[in-house]
Amino acid sequence: MSTTSISLGAGSRARWWEFAVWILLLLLPVLLPKHSLLVSEITIIALFAMSLDLVLGYSGIVSLGHAAFFGTGAYAAALFAKHINPDPLTGLLVATLVSAVLGLVCSPGILRGSDLTRLMVTLGIALILQELANKMDHITGGADGLQGVLMGPVLGRFEFDLMGQTAAYYALAVTLLVFLLLRRWVHSPFGFSLKAIRDNRLRAQAIGIPVHARLMAVYTLAAAIAGLAGGMQAQTTGFASLDVFGFDRSADVLLMLVIGGTGWLWGGLMGAVLFKTLHSLVSALTPQYWTFWIGLFLVLLMLVGREKLLRPWTWGRRS
Amino acid sequence: MLTLLFDGVAYGMLLFVLAIGLSITLGLMNFINLAHGAFAMAGGYTLVLLMQKAGWPFLPSVFMAFAVSALLGLVLEVTLYRRMYHKTHLEQVLFSIGLTFMAVASVDYLVGSTQQLVQLPEFLKGRTELWDGALGMGHYRLAIIVVCALLAWGLQWLLVHTRFGAQLRASVDDRRVAAAMGINVNTIFMATFAVGSGLAGLGGALGAEVLGLDPVFPLKFMIYFLIVVAVGGTSSLTGPLLAALLLGIADVAGKYYVPKLGAFIVYTLMVLILMWRPQGLFTRGNA
Repeated sequence: MSTTSISLGAGSRARWWEFAVWILLLLLPVLLPKHSLLVSEITIIALFAMSLDLVLGYSGIVSLGHAAFFGTGAYAAALFAKHINPDPLTGLLVATLVSAVLGLVCSPGILRGSDLTRLMVTLGIALILQELANKMDHITGGADGLQGVLMGPVLGRFEFDLMGQTAAYYALAVTLLVFLLLRRWVHSPFGFSLKAIRDNRLRAQAIGIPVHARLMAVYTLAAAIAGLAGGMQAQTTGFASLDVFGFDRSADVLLMLVIGGTGWLWGGLMGAVLFKTLHSLVSALTPQYWTFWIGLFLVLLMLVGREKLLRPWTWGRRS
Repeated sequence: MLTLLFDGVAYGMLLFVLAIGLSITLGLMNFINLAHGAFAMAGGYTLVLLMQKAGWPFLPSVFMAFAVSALLGLVLEVTLYRRMYHKTHLEQVLFSIGLTFMAVASVDYLVGSTQQLVQLPEFLKGRTELWDGALGMGHYRLAIIVVCALLAWGLQWLLVHTRFGAQLRASVDDRRVAAAMGINVNTIFMATFAVGSGLAGLGGALGAEVLGLDPVFPLKFMIYFLIVVAVGGTSSLTGPLLAALLLGIADVAGKYYVPKLGAFIVYTLMVLILMWRPQGLFTRGNA
């Protein structure tokens, strides 16, 4: 084994704190039984942010419409449970597949053009889907949302309870599984080729990486995982409404990822936890004008830079 | 039919004035400013507040809308925007989304979330029918078309025939070489940003009656401005103008003939155009 392959592989070994964090996360429903609903909500958002990380952090594509896939997954899971089969795992699979197909169909749009073009195409797709869900009210319930989704028990044994215990474990288990798979995946040659494309597309092409095929693949994968997260959201809340496609959702998840840091999977998780904590703190003070403070936070974060803002002890120093 | 076309042109002209500042910002500094709509909203609210609270007449209020937005643009450019030029697109996007969120929440807090109404002066009310009602022209919309056409022509003249215009074009084409020639790119950009913001404010003021005005204005119309710029390209004035007219007509006609699909048509058209010509419809080669 040469030195290079050792250093490339170094990041793939799990560190002790990663185990510790996951054990802590899995214990959360027991430690905080009253906040189980919050735990499942954050977990789902974290998974969503992780999927965006694949596109943004690993491939360098700025997307303003990632909620398109989240929403598609949510509606797919809700409709499937309502009309065909209430089993959660089958529904999740369907949600994932539907979003993956959508991602594959949309992926040519992100290959060409500038950042602005990509921004517009992704945003446009989310808007189109939101319009569709709004207008096809005989299927989706329109602006009232899709109500009355009754889920069957997970694995035929664990019923969804009002306290959200099952939901929390369900979300945590699925997220852990996806996290482990993604972890393997981003440290594979495939993952490295994506980083190469992100850092220098021309050179990546020159050493024989099929840039377009790789980008389409990662976009489809990210779409599938976003759909998975959306599907879980619909299943655990028993509800899907238009706001799953909303611009706010796409912007929020971008923010979480930036808070947590892009390009290392944990960013989505940490960002989601920080963001949601911040959200509940500020909302408790000013419920209506929470967007003002999140806006201010964004502006400051971007002006000062993440590295500096999250390390208050370096504020006095000049960079 | 003709009436629809007329309304579409008026709408498109408004969009052009609203979006042209964004087009210049993007072309000159390669800066994606999603907060552009906030300047338009500032103009709209200046007009409404001056007319309702201070009792100003319509025309001076419109002028003040331009001035206030331009000043706001100037101050923000010097204090905040300038620091963001060298950062990545992702950071610029998040920064300007943050600004937009702040603007939306502030206006909600200060003025309230209700839709604002504009009292038009007497001479702009009314309607002229031509050819037995085949073409009905609201006088206000007619005024919008005339004013916006004059503005477009004036901007074109400014860009082509003045020293400032030449410097601006040089800076857009190659910033470094322009700077090396002794052009003060920073000052040029500051002025351009202020004028662009002012025009957005003017558009917001003129459009308050047509587009509606409430605190979510910047988010609601952000996509429309971006469409104008992305489809029209940033290399000329004609591109965004044509794109704005196309968008205006498509939107009005779409909402009239197939109200069920509404904005769906516009978004789909945009995505398809951008997939087909990622650099925009009206650009020379690869910009």
